[in-house]
Amino acid sequence: MMAQANVTTIARAPTDWSSPAMQGRIRRRYRSERLFKAAGLGAIGISMLFLALLLANMLLNGASGFRQTEVLVPITLDPGVLMLDRARITGPEAEQALAASNLDGMTAEAADAAFGKGGARLVSDGAWLRVRERLLADPAMLGRTASFWLPAATALDQAAKGKAGSHADPDVQAAYDRLKAAGKVRTSVNLGFLTGADSTDPVLVGIWGAFKGSLITMLVTLIISFPIGVLSALYLEEYAPRNRWTDLIEVSINNLAAVPSIIFGLLGLAVFLNFMNMPRSAPLVGGLTLALMTLPVIVIAGRNAIKAVPPSVRDAALGIGASPVQVVFHHVLPLALPGILTGTIVGMARALGETAPLLMIGMRAFIAAAPEGVSSPATVLPVQIFLWSDEVSRGFVEKTSAAIIVLLVFLLGMNGLAIYLRNRFERRW
Amino acid sequence: MNRQQQMHLVHTADEAQAEPKMTARNVNVYYGDKQAIRDVSIDVDQENVTAFIGPSGCGKSTFLRTLNRMNDTVESARVEGLITLDGQDIYASGMDVVQLRARVGMVFQKPNPFPKSIYENVAYGPRIHGLASSRADLDVIVEGSLRRAGLWDEVKDRLADSGTALSGGQQQRLCIARAIAVDPEVILMDEPCSALDPIATAKIEELIHALRGRYAIAIVTHNMQQAARVSQKTAFFHLGTLVEYGDTSDMFTNPRETRTKDYITGRYG
Repeated sequence: MMAQANVTTIARAPTDWSSPAMQGRIRRRYRSERLFKAAGLGAIGISMLFLALLLANMLLNGASGFRQTEVLVPITLDPGVLMLDRARITGPEAEQALAASNLDGMTAEAADAAFGKGGARLVSDGAWLRVRERLLADPAMLGRTASFWLPAATALDQAAKGKAGSHADPDVQAAYDRLKAAGKVRTSVNLGFLTGADSTDPVLVGIWGAFKGSLITMLVTLIISFPIGVLSALYLEEYAPRNRWTDLIEVSINNLAAVPSIIFGLLGLAVFLNFMNMPRSAPLVGGLTLALMTLPVIVIAGRNAIKAVPPSVRDAALGIGASPVQVVFHHVLPLALPGILTGTIVGMARALGETAPLLMIGMRAFIAAAPEGVSSPATVLPVQIFLWSDEVSRGFVEKTSAAIIVLLVFLLGMNGLAIYLRNRFERRW
Repeated sequence: MNRQQQMHLVHTADEAQAEPKMTARNVNVYYGDKQAIRDVSIDVDQENVTAFIGPSGCGKSTFLRTLNRMNDTVESARVEGLITLDGQDIYASGMDVVQLRARVGMVFQKPNPFPKSIYENVAYGPRIHGLASSRADLDVIVEGSLRRAGLWDEVKDRLADSGTALSGGQQQRLCIARAIAVDPEVILMDEPCSALDPIATAKIEELIHALRGRYAIAIVTHNMQQAARVSQKTAFFHLGTLVEYGDTSDMFTNPRETRTKDYITGRYG
């Protein structure tokens, strides 16, 4: 009672908004506002700077990886030397016949003849493959002399791109200058890089093999993890009773999402390869392993999205006699889908960039052909980048950066598609 | 009293007049250990609108939700006693809850149209229950339901617009149209006007008048004037028990219980 009496009898002086103490408080408030704004802008600026540096670095290093240097070499395709005739190279066994012929030696000799002693060193070891292709496409060339644009060897390629650096071989540089003056060297778009697979020669490598490997692996991951993840999330949120078992499952899923990816690789090795005897290095196994890793991410994102669907929508549907399954598939799932897709993007993007678990299941092997299907040997983009970055040959430096650009484009394409799908579903109110 | 005796009681008590659409006998509802409803017996009949009134937390909404088993969705809820629809025990093991909810429709406190078009909102129920054999049939049902809900003239030109873009009062009438589109026998309304302005409230009340007789209606309201305006029977709940139940006109002019009188005269609430 005393306290109450005091409170009511205390005379309060009117607040003086212009007193120095009040003015100081206002100044401090403004200062902390400014500080916070500056700190936020600074943080964004720094992240933008790093992103710009990364992109600029990759583009500078990698852009030349999409171009190749070619030299013009006249070759006389003498059927006697090649031990070939028209019938053999048009017949069904043309490939074997050409492989057995001395086409590679003839190409090297032609280069020597064209550029003088050591000329063969200016042409890529795999240059004869291009001669073979031309010959297969046009058998009439046999017995004639024709000029071929052949891929240059790495040293000449780097010299042409001005990237030889301090290790430049003066002979190669001189040869390049001579050829340039004669118009016998050119730099063109490297279609082989976009259509070929791995090779030991950096001028002949292609990214298509790894790209297709990534594509198939991601498809397997999506097909396995999306339905299982969404169904798990729906069951846990809409059907499962709340008890110790569901709590345990929830904790386990949260922990799985935080498990280092290499552990999933070991799991994949033990279960899919050693126990189930699936093929090594195959996109199927890679996709399954990455699906294990992606599942918890989709389940967690899915549960959150389902939780966010207002309960009034469920009540409304139940109230007019919709069955629980109808409530879930007609109302809850469509409303939760944008959120589920966001989680899926995050999980898939992480899976796309993953290297460690795939090394464990043998996807780091040297694969010189694009995979045919889910069970043929393959590699994926990040592993290919990892492998090339390990190579000593200078020619691989630009190929590594070029592969990173391809990986980033893949990632952007995948996310763009997911965002498009998400917006489509969101537009249905 | 066992279940059979209860059933017997239901039948003998109502032999004199038409059997009420729904009856509740000695209903107890528990949320876990907490008892929310104690021994409530009430009838909901075809001809009269039955209003449930009472202060907040008195259990009137809980009781309403036992009538179409919406409490089933609350895991800890447990219902005892007998509730019948046309003499059939709705908590019997053979009862199909989905069909029950189609026969006993519900309108909620907050308007909750589906985030779909106006047309789809009304068409959804008939579609899942297979009530329309063709698109033309469905069109007829949708138009009829919207007309009966007094919304047709306001929305007929924009049936493809989102149901959530309507005003609050229109949304609630859309929800009523959605409920009557499945042709229920009973409509339960859980404070349908508490989120609406007076004009929208008046429209809903007119609508309740118009629907009376066609459907058995039970309405929960915390607004006594509304109960007096729309209902013929009133049940007053307090602390989970049914204090008084009778004709609305009697209860408002001549309440039997002091607690009812105190509530109606605004002594508490």
